[in-house]
Amino acid sequence: MRVALFITCYNDTLFPETGKAVVRVLERLGHTVEFPAGQTCCGQMHWNTGYQTEALPLVGRFVAQFKGAEAVVVPSSSCVAMIRDHYPKMAAEIGDAKLIQAVEELLPRVFEFSEFLTKRLGLEDVGAYYPHRVTYHASCHGLRNLGLGDGPQRLLRAVRGIDLVEIEGLEQCCGFGGTFAVKNADVSSAMLAEKTTAVLNTGAEACTACDNSCLMHIQGALHRQRTGVRTVHLAEILASEEAVPR
Amino acid sequence: MSRAAELTVLDPTTSPAFPVAAKTMLRDAQLRKNVRHATEVIQNKRARVVGEMPDWQQLREAGRQIRTHTMANLDFYLEEFERNCTKAGGVVHWARDSAEAKQIVTALVKASGSGGEGATEVIKIKSMTTEEIHLNQALEAAGIHAYETDLAELIIQLGHDQPSHIVVPALHKNRQQIREIFQREMNLPELGEKPEDLADAARRFLREKFLRVKTAVSGANFLIAETGGVCIVESEGNGRMCLTLPETLITVAGIDKVLPRFQDLEVVLQLLPRSATGERMNPYNSIWTGVHEGDGPRSFHVVLMDNARTEVLADEEGRQTLNCIRCGACQNACPVYRQTGGHAYGSVYAGPIGAILTPQLQKMHYAQSLPYASSLCGACYEVCPVKINIPEVLIHLRNKVVEQKSSLDPEALAMKTMALIFRSEKRFRAAQRLGRIAEAPLVRRDGQDGGWIGWLPGILGGWTQVRDLQEMPKETFRDWWEKRGSRGN
Ligand code: SF4
Repeated sequence: MRVALFITCYNDTLFPETGKAVVRVLERLGHTVEFPAGQTCCGQMHWNTGYQTEALPLVGRFVAQFKGAEAVVVPSSSCVAMIRDHYPKMAAEIGDAKLIQAVEELLPRVFEFSEFLTKRLGLEDVGAYYPHRVTYHASCHGLRNLGLGDGPQRLLRAVRGIDLVEIEGLEQCCGFGGTFAVKNADVSSAMLAEKTTAVLNTGAEACTACDNSCLMHIQGALHRQRTGVRTVHLAEILASEEAVPR
Repeated sequence: MSRAAELTVLDPTTSPAFPVAAKTMLRDAQLRKNVRHATEVIQNKRARVVGEMPDWQQLREAGRQIRTHTMANLDFYLEEFERNCTKAGGVVHWARDSAEAKQIVTALVKASGSGGEGATEVIKIKSMTTEEIHLNQALEAAGIHAYETDLAELIIQLGHDQPSHIVVPALHKNRQQIREIFQREMNLPELGEKPEDLADAARRFLREKFLRVKTAVSGANFLIAETGGVCIVESEGNGRMCLTLPETLITVAGIDKVLPRFQDLEVVLQLLPRSATGERMNPYNSIWTGVHEGDGPRSFHVVLMDNARTEVLADEEGRQTLNCIRCGACQNACPVYRQTGGHAYGSVYAGPIGAILTPQLQKMHYAQSLPYASSLCGACYEVCPVKINIPEVLIHLRNKVVEQKSSLDPEALAMKTMALIFRSEKRFRAAQRLGRIAEAPLVRRDGQDGGWIGWLPGILGGWTQVRDLQEMPKETFRDWWEKRGSRGN
């Protein structure tokens, strides 16, 4: 299959390793990856902070970049939630009939990375090897907006060598919430403290998720506290192989 | 003295912004412990009894439809309610705003006194709506003392405190604290510690009021248009005492409380108790319609209060807020509420429902920090029994806040600049390079694991309070992709 990658502005700039890992997994599974160069941002930060007018033009941009794609894969559940939950409404607000239709046609082909593997390709074992103790953090958008269920955990359980340990309060928000983390820094910190305690209680070496935004937030505190526990995007675990372990 | 006791009234027009108030609450370890414990207990009970219902999702959908239909035809159902309530012997009053409602109730209470000189006391039950308008203070100013009879409300009143939850207003207090309040305010130095002892003290304290005071003020859970009836559900039976013993009963209800048909109770009376307290059914479900010879109050009034609800109704996206049946499930599920408790919201409506309702009731003139008091995690939407999409409304209200900002606002300027950057690939790549240059002076290189930033300036400083930030990688994904070539290396 020809898979178009929407890397997201955040991953492109801050977490290129995640993008490389997605490419590695998809190519290993025999798919061709395309990267439309004109892509930038889904508009989530603007939309969620109340800057609707500023977010609107990004819908047209996204559609123009990915219109012809067989499948669009995005290694970020919150960006997929943004696209899925809000693009139809945004297109309607712009009022361009062609755009409304293009969004409607494109949406069923947009997938979060783990969702693409489990739901579109029907896979659990993608041939990964990762000999570490890992705990999985369910990000809110993946959990509630996308309904990923235990898909990510099934992918992880199929990884050879992994010791997957469940975190307490799996469904609790980590307190990131985009601009919430700076606008309500104190509450966000209190929520984060609960999450990092839960991570540390698992005794895991690494915490993984389908969203680098939550992970950056969690990692920030784990590093500040000098815990030695890492965060790693799910794609990077799935990309890891026996020949080239990470 | 606890933080909560320092508060006077929860008034959105004078309360500090949420982040400021939250900071104070976060320092109150006892309050946070109480809130966490109480919300956990209720949430677990809720999950258990909701799990028993195979048709819960259909029920939620039915609830949503009933409420949406009602709001779409609110004028019709309100008039139907007025007609039927009047026919049954009730008197309906319309109050445009809080001032009018207080005026009407005060006048009704004064007129209700037997013996001619006017009542100076009322008993009260179950009314967040009267809390919304600070009715007790208005009555007090008119020389009328109001006794709260709901156990939790009584605790709040005796403790000179404010409600912090719409269903369990005293959830931020533990049993020990309640005992201290009772000991002090009821003058009971020997009071025991057991729940029975506390209940017994409250019962004795209240019974005397029930038997003496001739006028009651109540809230309403639902108004039934088809019959003109009013419905209250509760757990202690104190409400029923207020509804049946006094000679005059004055019910204050927001115009959003109406339900079209009696049969609609079948749906909402399954959704409400399960969502609110994790009970299958409330111990006391009261429905009263007008007046009846020799039974219950001799005069019955309903004050239908708008207080900005028609403005909410007029806003297509905000309207679903009025579907709320005040179960409080969203509060218990909300990770933000669970950290701060209710007082930080500066209004009697706390948690997710407060975050969307309060600013709208203030016509977006006050409480503008509340739509941002959420990480948009969606836990509230997941539990809401009438499927109010709270995150969607939060985002809608954030947009309204932004629209009122000056274009010179630093956040607005930054956001507009970012938006311009995202509209062009070239500008985006330039910004990525610029970001690396700008962050360079802040990066610390003290370990094996690359550079980290431990301090950020201005508003971004919130991030580095408890979090480090890893320096930006040397190469963006797209740079790597271009070097590698699309066919791989
Ligand atoms: S918004 Fe929904 S969950 Fe929250 S109090 Fe209202 S009905 Fe209950």
